Amino acid sequence: MRRATPEVNAGSMADIAFLLLIFFLVTTTIEKDKGIARQLPPIEPPTEAPPLIKEKNLFIVNVNKDDQLLVEDNLMELKDLRQAAIAFLDNGGAPSGSPEYCNYCKGARSPSSSDNPDKAVISVQNDRLTSYKMYIAVQNELVAAYNFLRDREAERLYGWKFTEMNKAINEGSFKGNEDAAKEKLEAIQKLFPLKLSEAEPKTKGQ
Amino acid sequence: MSKFKKKKGGEIPAVNTASLPDIVFMLLFFFMVVTVLRDTNLLVQNQLPKADQVEKLKKDRAVYIYAGKPSSRYQEVFGTEGRIQIGDKYTSIESIGTALEEARRKLLPELQDKVYVALKVDGETNTGLVSDIKQVLRERNLLKIIYITTPGNELSN
Repeated sequence: MRRATPEVNAGSMADIAFLLLIFFLVTTTIEKDKGIARQLPPIEPPTEAPPLIKEKNLFIVNVNKDDQLLVEDNLMELKDLRQAAIAFLDNGGAPSGSPEYCNYCKGARSPSSSDNPDKAVISVQNDRLTSYKMYIAVQNELVAAYNFLRDREAERLYGWKFTEMNKAINEGSFKGNEDAAKEKLEAIQKLFPLKLSEAEPKTKGQ
Repeated sequence: MSKFKKKKGGEIPAVNTASLPDIVFMLLFFFMVVTVLRDTNLLVQNQLPKADQVEKLKKDRAVYIYAGKPSSRYQEVFGTEGRIQIGDKYTSIESIGTALEEARRKLLPELQDKVYVALKVDGETNTGLVSDIKQVLRERNLLKIIYITTPGNELSN
């Protein structure tokens, strides 16, 4: 006669599973790396002469080894940098009627500042001893200035914010015609093209 | 109309817990799948700077470079000068290129051309080290970079 196999007691299964679950809950770190993306300029052949940029179309941000800011030859606090950059980019100083006239700029239209956002170049010069924290903070403020202006134009033309739309498309959560939206994003980018130049850092202590 | 008559003897029936293990297992598998055990052992201090104008990094096409002062337990051997780490070991400026090439070959072949170089650099590092790295990347024609940051803003504190 065959003996009936005794049933395995599964009552403690839940306990074991809970234990494992808690272990994985504790060790899990759902990491999402975020950061400021940049495209580095390719190395140019030395024969090419650098393009000439008018003094007034150049916004020079200088960071020294003690993390102090010198913007257009004036000492500045980091918190004022964003506004200064916005004022510079949005200036639109070219006279109306000229081909370079910027009809969407809302700035002061001072003839001594940038002609239009397409011409305006922000140049950041670092010392080798500048701290990386400060470097990122400056980059962050400058990107914020561009984002502010792009948001403003996107809201005026299409009724949504540039940064939010960009994020939605990147995350794949955007519902609707993605190609059309991307085209609009590019149009906005053309209105305020990101022109951040970085000089090769000077040797230390200068 | 006995259908609608209330049952007598209002004792609360015990909740059936027979499916509890199933639910717990389901959760368990979810967490097992999403868990990534840290694969690189950090040799440098890595207190990332704060920024809020950020974009997300697509992890499948990223190569990481860490930089900063050596961690406290390595400082006796390696000093306190900023160091670069790729993979599991310290790398000198000259050999970044080959180390990156090695890391890039581990990615999916169709993504190797779209590679992003993710810079995880400690906030206290000198910018000079970062620009040295960027110069090498330019020579290697790896032009897409991303400075990894933590959420927040340097101004608010």
